[in-house]
Amino acid sequence: MSTSDGLNRNTMSIPQELKYTKDHEWVKVAGDEVTVGITDFAQGELGDIVYVEVETVGETLDQETIFGTIEAVKTVSDLFMPISGEVLEVNADLESNPESINSDPYGAGWIVRIKIQDDSQLDGLLTDTQYKEEIGAQ
Amino acid sequence: MKKTALYDIHESLGAKMVPFAGYDMPVSYSGIRLEHEAVRNGVGVFDVSHMGEFILKGDNALDLIQMVTSNDASKLVPGKVQYTCMPNEDGGIVDDLLVYMLDEHTYMLVVNASNIDKDWDWISKHNTMGVEMHNISDKTTLLAVQGPKALQVIESLTEMDLVNQKYYSFDKGVFCGHENVLVSSTGYTGAGGFEIYLENQHAEDIWNQIFSKGEAMNIKPVGLGARDTLRLEMGFCLYGNDIDDTTSPIEAGLGWITKFSKEFVNCKALEHQKLNGVDKKLVGFELKEKGIPRQGYPILNEQNENIGAVTSGTMSPSLNTAIGLGYVYNDFSTPDTEIFIEIRGKAIRSKVVKLPFYKSK
Repeated sequence: MSTSDGLNRNTMSIPQELKYTKDHEWVKVAGDEVTVGITDFAQGELGDIVYVEVETVGETLDQETIFGTIEAVKTVSDLFMPISGEVLEVNADLESNPESINSDPYGAGWIVRIKIQDDSQLDGLLTDTQYKEEIGAQ
Repeated sequence: MKKTALYDIHESLGAKMVPFAGYDMPVSYSGIRLEHEAVRNGVGVFDVSHMGEFILKGDNALDLIQMVTSNDASKLVPGKVQYTCMPNEDGGIVDDLLVYMLDEHTYMLVVNASNIDKDWDWISKHNTMGVEMHNISDKTTLLAVQGPKALQVIESLTEMDLVNQKYYSFDKGVFCGHENVLVSSTGYTGAGGFEIYLENQHAEDIWNQIFSKGEAMNIKPVGLGARDTLRLEMGFCLYGNDIDDTTSPIEAGLGWITKFSKEFVNCKALEHQKLNGVDKKLVGFELKEKGIPRQGYPILNEQNENIGAVTSGTMSPSLNTAIGLGYVYNDFSTPDTEIFIEIRGKAIRSKVVKLPFYKSK
């Protein structure tokens, strides 16, 4: 069944192995750092992404503070820290291929790597099932 | 939320729907860039049935139109269309619209969806001369078939002579086997093409016939997202963004549709503006550094002083440049003037440019 906004949330990709936030970001944990991007749902909502601006590399930021912005043709959206920590790296490929966030949000479209400051914050992130509920998918 | 007669088709095409002016409207199908490209270089179809249509009929219909609109409707002949606006009494604009002259005593006004009620009340208020008014918005479907290949798609669907139809002209007749269809050489994209007015009950059939004819030309459904990027590349005003109840047609660069050869609402004050100049003007600008201007962002001079505000902005898919419209003080309105757009606290270097942004090939 498709929803009133025409998006079919049931065919939307929400990988089981990732963690999620209410801000529609995904988090992949690897050792003492995480990789962060926006979800398939989020890229669909934003539409054609024009560029990503992250000027916080090297900074240590609190959970839920803004670490960058993402500009689509139609709109602009802030990017929020899913957990507290240092922004280690921004995906440099996005400079020339911002559209990879649209085409491969969980792969080539990753946005930043963050060094984990407090492991316990990871437990507060959403599971794939919880995120599905969040966006109204079944 | 109202639905157009093509709602089910949009759903089946997987369109992303958004509420707009009380309607559930498709904002995009395959993505704004692809849709934009299709219209610039091929052909695309928009369902813009949310737009309003009023029929004005009677011996005094022209007098009423002359009174409420700024352009000179006496220049119209049956079969011609005119772009115009309705000034209010306070120096602003009630709406911008198209006037179709159907016959000697009958006109069709095509108004913005968000202004249907306001416009109806406004015109009614000025209708002291007994003009018959009909609001046919809810039973009318409006399709915009736009792009350089639009003619190729629709010419064989009708006996009307679309090949020789001049810009801002129209014909009425049988289209896709259905009677009472009006086809005009108009649009909001700068890509050429047609706007087709038809009765709701024929909407799905006509949509389907256009798409099956257009298949070979790779015809695409196009949403409101690309409609906005296309019109902005041409520097066309969008009511609610670039013009509204507070902006004057002279400030907005609509002096060319403001004719003082006749009397109309607020003509004295507007003529005074035209003769003595206005403080601010709507200009086009492009960004020289990274950023995308959005409605409401401040416009600054080199000294970081506020000199205006952005009314529309986007990344131009055709030019791959960030472009926008905004009001600035006169001193900054000349092309090539350096201005700055404040984006998230940073002053982004920009330049006033002549409109349109996009020059058709």
